[in-house]
Amino acid sequence: MLLRHTPKEITERSALTINPAKTCQPIGAMYAALGIHGCLPHSHGSQGCCAYHRSALTRHYKEPVMAATSSFTEGASVFGGQANLVQAIDNIFTIYEPEVIAVHTTCLSETIGDDIPQITRKAEADGKIPEGKYVIHVNTPSYVGTHVTGFANMTKAMVDYFAESTGHKIDQINIVPGYVEPSDMEEIKRIAAMMGVRVVMFPDTSKVLNRPQTGKYEMFPEGGVTVEALKTTGDSLATIGLGRLASGPAAQALDTKCNVPCEILDLPIGFKATDRFVDTLRKTLGITVPDIINNERGQLLDIITDMHQYFYGKKVALAGDPDHLIAMTEFLVSIDMWPIHIVTGTSGKKFESRIREITKDSPYPINVKAPGDMFLLHQWIKNEPVDLLMGNTYMKYIARDEDIPLIRMGFPILDRIGHSYFPIVGYRGGMRLLEKILDAILDRQDRDAPEESFELVM
Amino acid sequence: MRSWTRWKKATPPSPISWHEIIRKVPAMTNTIFAERKDQVHRKGEEPFQMACDKESLAGAVSQRACVFCGSRVVLYPITDALHLVHGPIGCAVYTWDIRGALSSGPELHRHSYSTDLQESDVIFGGEDKLYRALTQLIDRISPKAAFVYSTCIVGIIGDDLAGICRKVEREKGIPVIPVESEGFKGNKRAGYNAACRAMFQLVGTAPTDDISPLSVNILGDFNLAGEIWIVREYLERMGVQVVANITGDGRVDDLRRAHGAALNLVQCSGSTIDLAKMMEDEYQIPFLRVSYFGVEDMAESLYNIAEFFKDVDPQVMERTKALVRDELSELYPKLREYRQALEGKKAAIYVGGAFKAFSLVKAFRHLGMTVELVGSQTGTEEDYKELHEITDPGTIIVDDSNPLELSSFLQEKDVDIFVGGVKERPIAYKLGVGFCDHNHERKEALEGFIGMLNFAKEVYSTVMSPVWRFTPRKKALYSKALETDVCHEIKAIEN
Repeated sequence: MLLRHTPKEITERSALTINPAKTCQPIGAMYAALGIHGCLPHSHGSQGCCAYHRSALTRHYKEPVMAATSSFTEGASVFGGQANLVQAIDNIFTIYEPEVIAVHTTCLSETIGDDIPQITRKAEADGKIPEGKYVIHVNTPSYVGTHVTGFANMTKAMVDYFAESTGHKIDQINIVPGYVEPSDMEEIKRIAAMMGVRVVMFPDTSKVLNRPQTGKYEMFPEGGVTVEALKTTGDSLATIGLGRLASGPAAQALDTKCNVPCEILDLPIGFKATDRFVDTLRKTLGITVPDIINNERGQLLDIITDMHQYFYGKKVALAGDPDHLIAMTEFLVSIDMWPIHIVTGTSGKKFESRIREITKDSPYPINVKAPGDMFLLHQWIKNEPVDLLMGNTYMKYIARDEDIPLIRMGFPILDRIGHSYFPIVGYRGGMRLLEKILDAILDRQDRDAPEESFELVM
Repeated sequence: MRSWTRWKKATPPSPISWHEIIRKVPAMTNTIFAERKDQVHRKGEEPFQMACDKESLAGAVSQRACVFCGSRVVLYPITDALHLVHGPIGCAVYTWDIRGALSSGPELHRHSYSTDLQESDVIFGGEDKLYRALTQLIDRISPKAAFVYSTCIVGIIGDDLAGICRKVEREKGIPVIPVESEGFKGNKRAGYNAACRAMFQLVGTAPTDDISPLSVNILGDFNLAGEIWIVREYLERMGVQVVANITGDGRVDDLRRAHGAALNLVQCSGSTIDLAKMMEDEYQIPFLRVSYFGVEDMAESLYNIAEFFKDVDPQVMERTKALVRDELSELYPKLREYRQALEGKKAAIYVGGAFKAFSLVKAFRHLGMTVELVGSQTGTEEDYKELHEITDPGTIIVDDSNPLELSSFLQEKDVDIFVGGVKERPIAYKLGVGFCDHNHERKEALEGFIGMLNFAKEVYSTVMSPVWRFTPRKKALYSKALETDVCHEIKAIEN
């Protein structure tokens, strides 16, 4: 047993996190920044942070991930990182020539108190920022919040730095897609396009982190929201923020800064949440839902109809980020499955109460904790076993020890492919999830069935 | 005794001269920072001189990591020790079972334990939290020893990590060792040194009965893909006892009596050489630099070990020769098949420590391949001198490179395979170049004689993969070849 040091008895453990279900802010900021076209994320801290974030993102996406670092040394840590950052800005614009440098801080630069806007102004005064290029920043101390917070903060920084309102409304809406995969962002744009809605999506990592093999190494791939598009977000008709935690701050900032009304929805995972997303698009723009979308919705329902007896009563344990977990829990409940252990590393009282609300008709007691960790999740599972696990790659230890099938979902996925290319949002994303769930459940049934009850037709 | 550096005010360093404007250097390639010019050398162009061991340029997309990373990768394969990261969650997450260091028994090292410092801890100090976390964990899992890693933030807020460790050590009766691995205190090499100092506290704390006069410690092998087991098996066949694995599949009790070994074998020059030197000073244990990669280096290492022990056991050389003979007679015929296919293909190497680069240059030569580019993240001047000596004219030698540089060199040299680590892989693949991970993520054992065969297989499988026929870079080449083949066939039919 790999996790043989996991006892069934749950004891007080406030000083200690074991097998975390989260990571730190800067990586979320780096991921969001990669969703700006021509942007080089910059980590203002030690080299290690940047190397770790790049490695983690590279492992997850199997794509080159570019980011620069201030390469803090002991001197910088004592006397401040101004010299490093000014030099970095100069070097980056000279050699890599990005449109935007998106600086995020680390626990180190936060604690020594580096003032990024002041340093940026100094770089500007020294002529280190070429005409028409930008340096934006966000504070992402690693000891506050999680990677989701970092994503939300960097996304909000895009509004703070770029959104402008000219007084002339543009016939478009903003969508903040949440901390989702490039494939999900693509799918959300596809749905909007099918409805004939013009969309500015930010951040947008599609065509950045799911690039084709081109034979070329491009430091700045074709994808990502452009600065021009970001500037127009202040003139859009409305903003839809998908996922309260990851997209809420940016959507609200646009409302405050440019009076763009915002609607904050759950991530469109599963048919109910997707219904709400499609309906919001319809209402906001006064349009009708085209047949092609109704058709996809019908197909999703058709799968559930055909296979509902296999979903019934299956118990699930989930780990991941709050926005994903809320939508996923709702989807599972809606297909008659029972998510009973739900853990996220990100704090949130609202999260816990929302999960309790969604699962209120459950025949089982619900374990939900925010923040919790995978060690706790494993202990819950030992006390009340489940039929299915959903979460990131680190769940595979539990899956192996307890012999429970695992569906990979969330960040990071280090050992499978697919998440970059196939969405889990929208009706088609729902269909993909159902396929995965059924494969997992039915493969297990086939594996475990005694000879006499081994079924050909299921 | 252990000292702990607290953050304190000091006089500021002399300001950086900003007039040194960084320009592109068209003469070389437009992707090298002017300030990095002396960290790139092309053999044959001018007398060899290489700057290295420099701090990375701020703003460069460096492939390097930090002090903490260095300490963590060295110590984490000690499988029955508790490894607690005192810091914000990220440092623990990014080093959670990331290296694939295999264990033949305990799996404690595959958990991720962290104090997960929050804002209030940063303001009021994290000592209490650390104390509680440590004592709870030790009570619960009774580890053989505990390593407590410091991170950037701990160095800044000044938690008395060493003091807490001493206190818990007294209370719990197991070694509790602080690892001084604040990320900003240098690069990965400083982390190796911190790890060595931490391990050295364990050495010499247990009796050394039953240790043969023919005995060694294996330093600088992390048992990726089970490699240390291959080496141990060879040593066993030679009649040499292994006292401690340092650190792959490592055990605390073995480390404690490691000072009983007659000789230290040091691989991976960067990571554990400091420990070997400390043991030499304190316990007069000589060390031998070895490499288990490639046929020549593997055989030479075994012969050197046999040579060392020949006075103690005159038969050891005979046994070693027999071992090498047996292994090679099995290996060579198999290797020949791969060589036939790979002859003349071109390779590029960019690895963490330079020692791997030496062996790789030789290994590629064995496959009939040429090395066009070789570099490392943390090589020393000596390392680069040696690389310069063993490479062919025209080879590019590079220190602390970045993706733009690397990709431009790969294209310029039109290589068939790139050997690197996690961040290099997708660059190679995007360019349509084969790749072999010779770093943390290798899945095949590449050490030993069998490792040479595995390496050949891996190189063959990527260099000769049919996928390159469909990728844009080589497609033109292949379609031309195909055209010619078709022409020949048509002519043959016509005739």
